[in-house]
Amino acid sequence: MMKRSLANIFQLGIKELFSLRYDPVMLFLIVYMFSFSVMEEAQNATTGVVNAAVAIVDEDHSRLSRRIGDALLQPQFQPPVALAIDEIDASMEAARYAFVIDIPPRFQADLMAGRPTVIQLNVDATAMGLAGTGAGYIQHIISQELSAFLNNDQATDQKTAVNIVTRAKFNPNLEATGFQGAMALTNNITMMAILLTGAALIREREHGTIEHLLVMPLRPFEIMLAKVWSNGLVVVIAATLSLYLVIKGVLGTVIIGSIPLYLFVTVIYLFSVTSLGIYLATLARSMPQFGLLAMIVFVMMLLLSGAHTPLESMPVALQMIMQLLPSTHFVSMAQAVLFRGAGLSVK
Amino acid sequence: MKTIARVAELSHRYKNSVALDGVELEIPAGRVAGLIGPDGVGKSTLLALISGVRKIQDGSVQVLGRDMRSGLNRMVVGPRIAYMPQGLGRNLYMTLSVFENVDFFGRLFGHSKEQRAWRIQELLEATGLAPFADRPAGKLSGGMKQKLGLCCALIHDPDLLILDEPTTGVDPLSRRQFWELIERIRARREGMSVIVATAYMDEAERFDWLMAMDAGKVLATGTPAELKAHTGSQSLEAAFISLLPAEKRSRHQAVTIPPRQAGHTETAIEAAGLTRCFGEFVAVNRVSFRIERGEIFGFLGSNGCGKTTTMKMLTGLLPSSAGEARLFGQSVDAKDIDLRKRVGYMSQAFSLYSELTVRQNLALHARIFQLPKSQIESRVTEMIERFGLGEMEDALTEKLPLGVRQRLSLAVAVIHGPEMLILDEPTSGVDPVARDQFWNLLVQLSREDGVTIFISTHFMNEAERCDRISLMHAGRVLAQGVSEELIKARGAENLEEAFIAYLEEAAREGQTAEEPASTDKPTEYQNHPAEEKHRSRSAPFDPRRGWAYARRESLEIARDPIRIAFALLGPIILMIAFGYGITFDVEDIAYAVLDRDQSPESRRYLENFAGSRYFDQRQPLQNYRELDDGLRRAQLTVAIEIPAGFGKDIKRGRPPEVGVWLDGTVPFRAETARGYVFGVHQSYLEQLQRSEFGHRKQAAPVTVETRFRYNQDFKSVYSIVPGTIMMLLIWIPAMMSAAGVVREKEMGSITNFYATPVTSLEFLLGKQFPYIVIALVNFASLVLLAVLLFQVPIKGSVAALLVGGLLYVIATTGLGLLMSSFMKTQIAAIFGTAIATTVPAISFAGLFAPVASLTPGAQTIAHIFPSSYFQQISLGTFTKSLGFDGLLFSFFMIALLSVVYLALGLMLLKTQER
Repeated sequence: MMKRSLANIFQLGIKELFSLRYDPVMLFLIVYMFSFSVMEEAQNATTGVVNAAVAIVDEDHSRLSRRIGDALLQPQFQPPVALAIDEIDASMEAARYAFVIDIPPRFQADLMAGRPTVIQLNVDATAMGLAGTGAGYIQHIISQELSAFLNNDQATDQKTAVNIVTRAKFNPNLEATGFQGAMALTNNITMMAILLTGAALIREREHGTIEHLLVMPLRPFEIMLAKVWSNGLVVVIAATLSLYLVIKGVLGTVIIGSIPLYLFVTVIYLFSVTSLGIYLATLARSMPQFGLLAMIVFVMMLLLSGAHTPLESMPVALQMIMQLLPSTHFVSMAQAVLFRGAGLSVK
Repeated sequence: MKTIARVAELSHRYKNSVALDGVELEIPAGRVAGLIGPDGVGKSTLLALISGVRKIQDGSVQVLGRDMRSGLNRMVVGPRIAYMPQGLGRNLYMTLSVFENVDFFGRLFGHSKEQRAWRIQELLEATGLAPFADRPAGKLSGGMKQKLGLCCALIHDPDLLILDEPTTGVDPLSRRQFWELIERIRARREGMSVIVATAYMDEAERFDWLMAMDAGKVLATGTPAELKAHTGSQSLEAAFISLLPAEKRSRHQAVTIPPRQAGHTETAIEAAGLTRCFGEFVAVNRVSFRIERGEIFGFLGSNGCGKTTTMKMLTGLLPSSAGEARLFGQSVDAKDIDLRKRVGYMSQAFSLYSELTVRQNLALHARIFQLPKSQIESRVTEMIERFGLGEMEDALTEKLPLGVRQRLSLAVAVIHGPEMLILDEPTSGVDPVARDQFWNLLVQLSREDGVTIFISTHFMNEAERCDRISLMHAGRVLAQGVSEELIKARGAENLEEAFIAYLEEAAREGQTAEEPASTDKPTEYQNHPAEEKHRSRSAPFDPRRGWAYARRESLEIARDPIRIAFALLGPIILMIAFGYGITFDVEDIAYAVLDRDQSPESRRYLENFAGSRYFDQRQPLQNYRELDDGLRRAQLTVAIEIPAGFGKDIKRGRPPEVGVWLDGTVPFRAETARGYVFGVHQSYLEQLQRSEFGHRKQAAPVTVETRFRYNQDFKSVYSIVPGTIMMLLIWIPAMMSAAGVVREKEMGSITNFYATPVTSLEFLLGKQFPYIVIALVNFASLVLLAVLLFQVPIKGSVAALLVGGLLYVIATTGLGLLMSSFMKTQIAAIFGTAIATTVPAISFAGLFAPVASLTPGAQTIAHIFPSSYFQQISLGTFTKSLGFDGLLFSFFMIALLSVVYLALGLMLLKTQER
């Protein structure tokens, strides 16, 4: 009985793979998702202070004011752009710059004379991803430049009482490319798995082949499981290639964890998420309905599983709801295994 | 003789096959010209080329004196042609009512309201459909669907009517009524030419003029009498077979059925009072019969009369509502897998895997039916030989001709050696030679192997071959028995007439009131005063035609409440989840301390962390291993290490070094945490200075005054809520409209776009309209949620936000339609839209970081994507207090992009089939 079921599931799954082989559009989309799409997001999506656009309104034109401008360096900041004071509002409204530093006239002279003076730092506080941290960095940089300037030129003995050294574990340079690549891969696995299985089921239904299957000595769960394993296999293979060729190869990310472990967990994850795809396909009666429903579910999984914004900042109720979705656990697993080198005992 | 259409050197190829091969034809005007030949010989291609629906590859087609290659000519001639594609109700919209379907076509031809009213009335009455005006087309019987299709084709008074197998699968009474209707219309509109393809030879006998086709070539033309005389045959069917090339003809073997041996009286199939209802509709009504082992039992009836439903109940595919079905004396139980092994089933739709080869299909089914491994190989080979599949055993199933496919289907159905076969219209569309081959196989199975065969058909001559038949109509069995006896009982000449007699009898009894019963005295098709040459010229843009499509699309959406629910509620749910869920307000960063000094100074340093609302202290660490472990398990985000001798060093003025460890896995969080660590450290230094010097003697002369503009409290919600509106208004509307065009392509109703004067622009704009309306409802609900639930006020111009929203949804629905215009399948359109919209809207539209701060690559994506501009408008009007002035460029760009999407859609949307 059991053996017969397994044989059926295997046979039908093979058939599923054959169907995919003759579907060039689908194959193209799968290849695209696991190569270019991952690269695009890894290299171009920014979280945190990377490549921030800065402008300086330099009303002083002194050595010190230029020195501050020069201290804003890549990769955190784009080379600062000089701006006139009356352009500040318009350019910030148009979101051309996230930060505008206004250095007042006679700044250097006032500083040398010991007269208190004020640098204004305008922050576009709608740019949530970088405003807070970026403002902190700029303040830090300005105060460092000032003290270096004063130390050199005035030789005042302004030693700090305590030094601080920060080191980031697992990712010393807080390099985001690898992290984003891995998260893009994780997200694409979710999207692919839901769409592939769900659409496969609806296609069978719309083309009437499911009836043909149901009159044969097969049980519905065998038909379902066949779709789960075959589509899951496609996704696992694509993910493996993507991890080795794109994330390690092209992007050159150092992965300290165990890739086999990651793939093992991916397989388990796929079981849950392909089943979710099938579930959605049974709720929807037609392809247009399925498209909408799948979209709603997977953008939720994409944005709230912790791949884009940290889970712990969410309201507790929502955190609990998200704990019920497999993607949340998969994202935290991916982070732990790939970048913190976690093993089975940890998770 | 006047010609209506002239075809010269016409050839047409599809990817793997030649459909037409140098066809030369002159089709006479003012007559009913019939095109005969089996499926797949190029009949449909020829008709589609003549009607202008399909694009001409090689050769020329002249219709009504105009060359159909030129788009301009097609615009002129198009409104004079009506085309009804093959397939029951292919050009109809199943969720729309009878009236709405005809009304839609009237609007496409630009008829005024009054014109439509009387025309529709007249047509519906003439076809007997008037009592069913409000019924959805999907719920009509096959015959009624075809009459409705005819109404739709005739609404604009065409000069040339092209019908592609209009009566295939229709019951004989409806078929007769259909032809009577055509006759009446022709009598009234003198000179109307009709070109019609048919698979029924008896029907073709009545046409004025015939073209016989095979394998992309015209075999012969002439009147039916001429064809028969020319070949010296009695019937058209025999004439056709003798017209075939010798090589094909030689394969033909007349079907002879040896009488059944007496003695088999065991019952194989038994149905007693079998009934099936779908809601109110009774599909099968108290059907009873008994079939003996080894018998060939036929089910004769039109499409939709309940044949398939009955068969499905027998196989356990459908549970019955009442009554009982028994196979081999066992009650049919859908869960009984062993029973299924004794039955072979061939469903109406071709359901083998077209992407597998012949051999693979056979082997797959052999394995599913658990044939012993050792026998699979030999059994598959046996089947291939017996069913004559040897030449193509390695060919892909999708490339096989229909006749061969049906043989393969039969082979698959009997691979496990079932005792009974249930065949649902297995010979539909198969040519006469292949059909007889198929029947010879059936006879063999029945007479030699003793297999019971239960077959359904709508061909009379096939029904006559069965041992016994059952005439079915509207869910009921009208009569049952040996066909000769049925004919005799009604005193008819042949089975068809007998069937018609039974149908009429049933209609008189009023038991099939569902069907338009009487067309004996149809309302005469009168000349109306407002009539005569009102023919609408094809204007390049006619808003009425666009509106016709907009109305049609709206009606279809309105009939799908589930989709509406997803579309309207989905964004609201997502907005609530994202508004609360996406936040950058990092608080309560988990940290722990490894204090190797344990001095008053170290404790004083650490107090600052403990007091900060950004940090949340965990158990102190004892050693480096614990520190490492805490970070690895993600229990800690920050670990602070105070070196031994910290206190002493401070006192001696030798700066000690505090080590801070961050979890760098999530770079954004690590950076934020580092920023906070710096902040706490800085305030410690200031405290220290103050306490050392007692007062603010050396206060820093420079203050950096940080102004958080637009969002003084620096709360995520003020930025995330406007951003979420941006994301949802591309995801949901684009996904909605993505199904728009491609669904019509899959369902076949796209032909209406090809065959009517509607232009691409009218078509796309009409399609887009209802989706824009739905998206505006989404927009309104999202703005209300933002203001009322999330308390994010619109600080800038409300008008600018609304105009921006309108432009944006025009662009996003346009993007979905663009996907829909060039993709071939719904899956591909859904996939493509999902890929094209999700990642760019999240990462490249300025949600987390403004576009100006993206990498050059990402900025390029942002610039050709409407979301980045709407993000400016949404954020600008909600939080930056902007009006139209600051946003002009964004408005312009969104408008420009929506025009670009529309233009691309127009370019990629094909106006003819290829």
